[in-house]
Amino acid sequence: MRAVFVTLLASGILMGQSASPLQQAPERWRAKSNPLAADQQAQRAGAKLFARECAECHGESGQGGRKAPPLKRDDVSQAPAGAVFWVLENGALWHGMPSFAHLPEPQRWQIVTFVQQLTGPRKPD
Amino acid sequence: MQSSCVLLATAALLLLPHLEAGEGPFFITYTHQMEEPGNLEFANKSVTGQPDGGNRFLASAMEFEYGVLGWWTTEVYLDGQATGGESTIFTGYRWENRFRVLPREHWINPVLYVEFENINGADKTLLEVVNHDSQDDLAEANAEARGEKQREIEAKLILGSYVKGWTIAENFIAEKNVAHEPFEFGYAVGVSRPLAFAARPERCNACPENFQVGVEMYGGLGTHNNFGLTGTAHYVAATLAWTMANGTMFTVSPGWGVTGASAPFLLRFGVSYEVAQIGRRAKSFFGGRQ
Repeated sequence: MRAVFVTLLASGILMGQSASPLQQAPERWRAKSNPLAADQQAQRAGAKLFARECAECHGESGQGGRKAPPLKRDDVSQAPAGAVFWVLENGALWHGMPSFAHLPEPQRWQIVTFVQQLTGPRKPD
Repeated sequence: MQSSCVLLATAALLLLPHLEAGEGPFFITYTHQMEEPGNLEFANKSVTGQPDGGNRFLASAMEFEYGVLGWWTTEVYLDGQATGGESTIFTGYRWENRFRVLPREHWINPVLYVEFENINGADKTLLEVVNHDSQDDLAEANAEARGEKQREIEAKLILGSYVKGWTIAENFIAEKNVAHEPFEFGYAVGVSRPLAFAARPERCNACPENFQVGVEMYGGLGTHNNFGLTGTAHYVAATLAWTMANGTMFTVSPGWGVTGASAPFLLRFGVSYEVAQIGRRAKSFFGGRQ
């Protein structure tokens, strides 16, 4: 019985760990829309913040790096904005991505705006 | 020759990719923000003051902070001080580790902090105030105070929150000399916010989002058999941090003692700079594989 419990727990943890952080975002966060989605200024500010906070690991144009996956991907650009925001807020500590909750909320939305435009103009939420 | 080497090293450091340094404008209070894995932050925290009946001093701590893992940050401090009319001395080192307990952001985010410090009684960096630490300790002559060894284990419970752009942090401190003396307690609390929440599109030094203002309060709480505020030192300090576009952060904090045991006024100032992925860069510099 104990072995079954341990196996279930371990597989639960592994499944939780292997799922993409975007997929782990709770529903209430996925439902949030980006208040700065269509804002060109926000996109430019997001580019500045991305260069400072994210580019070292994810690459200057989001192409990915040795330590972090690419962000210039359709599943990122078409993901609910709230899910991307949730990943920025919480990070993925066990995978080495820190939390960016120390950035004020508008700055995090600016980054989301920039990241979701990396593959081209994004469909509205 | 030596100064050329220092200049070259500084120039090389400034050319490395950088990130915004620091944990906000606080000098004493820790937030739950951890160093990013693989990044190394260099910082200097200095304090000057003059205790009643003592000489003016300038104490400085050189800090090296490294992100080991997303949930583990380690730091080494080298402390020293100069006291007017006395001497300039190295006062010891500290090694601290911070462990983030919860993987996700919550209303309150706990971090456990463990530090070993091997300093002497002349240390005046005042990176924490515990027990009945008072301005009398700061007035003691270097020649006498440096003979007192302080090998201590310090633990902190750091609680941090981000609420609508404000940073709020509370630290509870317990310290124990490894050889003798009782458990000593202290606290630090701080609140801060940037001058603007949204970033401007252009790269700029003086954008309002590059400035953070705050206030922090810290002090001693006695020992386990003499717990309380009586006879303890407490300080209230305003804090200001300015992060330049190149990532260098300058901080300044005037602080006032609010009890008779406190030094009347302390002026803190510091500078920090963070280098991204230092290990990878060092490997590449020495010809290793990237």
